[in-house]
Amino acid sequence: MAVAGTTVAGAAGETRVPTRRGPGPVVRDQQRTGIAFVAIPMLLFLIFSVIPMLFACYLSFTDFKFTRAPIWTGLENFRYLAIDKVFHTALRNTALYALGVVPSGMILSLVVALFMNQKVRGIVAFRTCYYLPVVTSTVASAVVWMWMFATDVGILNAGLELVGLPRQRWLMDTKLALPSVMFMSVWKSIGYSMIIYLAALQGIPEHLYEAAEIDGANSWHRFRHVTLPLLKATTFFIFVTSVISSFQIFGSIFVMTQGGPGYATTTIVHQIYLNAFKYLRMGYGAAEALVLFAIIFVLSMINWFFLRSDVEYW
Amino acid sequence: MTAEVEKPLARPRRPFTTALAARLGTRLALYAVLIITSILMIVPFLWMVSTSLKPDYQIFEFPPTWIPQELNWGNYVNAWQKAHFSRYALNTAVYAVFATLGQVTLCSMAGYSFARLRFPGQGILFVLVLATMMIPFQMLLIPLFVILKRWPLVGGNNLFGTGGTGLIDTLVGLTLPSTISAFGIFLMRQFSLTLPSELADAARMDGCNEATIFWRIMMPLMKPALTTLAIFAFQDAWNDFTWPLVITMTERTRTLQLGLQTFQNQFFTEWGLLMAGTTITVLPLVVLFVIGQRYFVQGIALSGTKG
Repeated sequence: MAVAGTTVAGAAGETRVPTRRGPGPVVRDQQRTGIAFVAIPMLLFLIFSVIPMLFACYLSFTDFKFTRAPIWTGLENFRYLAIDKVFHTALRNTALYALGVVPSGMILSLVVALFMNQKVRGIVAFRTCYYLPVVTSTVASAVVWMWMFATDVGILNAGLELVGLPRQRWLMDTKLALPSVMFMSVWKSIGYSMIIYLAALQGIPEHLYEAAEIDGANSWHRFRHVTLPLLKATTFFIFVTSVISSFQIFGSIFVMTQGGPGYATTTIVHQIYLNAFKYLRMGYGAAEALVLFAIIFVLSMINWFFLRSDVEYW
Repeated sequence: MTAEVEKPLARPRRPFTTALAARLGTRLALYAVLIITSILMIVPFLWMVSTSLKPDYQIFEFPPTWIPQELNWGNYVNAWQKAHFSRYALNTAVYAVFATLGQVTLCSMAGYSFARLRFPGQGILFVLVLATMMIPFQMLLIPLFVILKRWPLVGGNNLFGTGGTGLIDTLVGLTLPSTISAFGIFLMRQFSLTLPSELADAARMDGCNEATIFWRIMMPLMKPALTTLAIFAFQDAWNDFTWPLVITMTERTRTLQLGLQTFQNQFFTEWGLLMAGTTITVLPLVVLFVIGQRYFVQGIALSGTKG
């Protein structure tokens, strides 16, 4: 996903040493070494990425129960996907999740980054606080938040009671379960986007602000007409990568709600997991995975084209 | 914070204008917001540690209290010994260390080759590496499981990969797919492009071959990027949940994340024990982050902005 603005076309490399009789010793040594250095990585890629990718595409057109060889069923899996209510619920939940988590996470992280960029003291301490949830694993965060969301003795309900509000059932409530998971996800992801925003903010040259100030711009104008336009590329990058990772939500769902109550929090990857490894309908799971891939592929393409055509401001 | 406020006031000659007061006010508000939100961010961690150290009778106290009345380390002892967290920690360490070693070696070799050497098929191979970055890992779960199950000549399998369980439920199977990463190769290639070519040229003049130039001259120069890559590889493996969930079956190979999840399923009311287990799981990375914060930040900035 970090394909950001690179030239794809191979290596910058060293200058070739021209000779009359074929390649010289340096060129031959480079070729030998180059091939030797990429041989093992490429072999691993072949076994653990390329072949699985092709295999996954093939499986999505088959009936594969794992215990016996896959049987070709053509578009059968996809026909079933079109009428599978549970998968549609999963798609909707995943989209809702992305819709809730991405914009709020981005706005909050931008605000925090703007604050942190005001030459504050103790920036390391603040940054540590915001970033700790990012280095914490999904499972650990999920377990801690389950404890906080606990209905009887959870600290959140204690807080609600303290201010005279009724207790909530949080993760056990059909309406509140997904928002609860979303809340945790925002908490967990702010630090990451914040660091990217902060790096971008620190990359904006000071003289642009000085020039704006001379022209009589107040702080809002400076933000609106200097900062915001210069953050366009960063914002877009964060947007696309957040949407992509939101569509891959699985761990926190699996730990916190198991997709429930009912199907209230089941997501695309949760369905892939259940179908493939619980109900052993691996062909159908592969078809669902192909849908996920299609969504992510389109998003990556948009990201890539956008970043390639990006304008430099200075 | 107070120092920040007092400093301008301490200067006697400067008149206390409304403009100054306004600036002080903004500054105060700024710090107030930052401090309050920072505390909110770490509340779950404080609550986790607090619960893990509480004696049992205090855990279900309502309204809850923050400070344990007496420190109860028993939860940690129980999690470590009875709940097999020692075993899980060892498995996780093996997974994380070997994934890191693999990525640091293989990604730097490949990344350097793509950036600084010329060999046939280079362009197409690099495009292939970039393309695999777009594949969601969840899509590869099913095929990877099948491939590892049918790995020939291990786990009771014959030459054609049938008869046994292959690399399923082994630490090798857990680790092997993570020993390489497209992101790592991309990162090391971008960094290799910035290395000075004069050194390599001089070494070539002296008759050094390309492999020696890489190991002796370039590798030491790549240290900052290697550290960043190592930290990310370690973090990804340590925190990984989905792959261990699919590939491990028994206590023998289970990682901390999976242990925590299974544990939570079985003992979801023993919050003290559960929070102790969670603290054990989280602590190594928190320490790593506090020590190597600079490299985390650099790495994210590097992947988030245009190289």
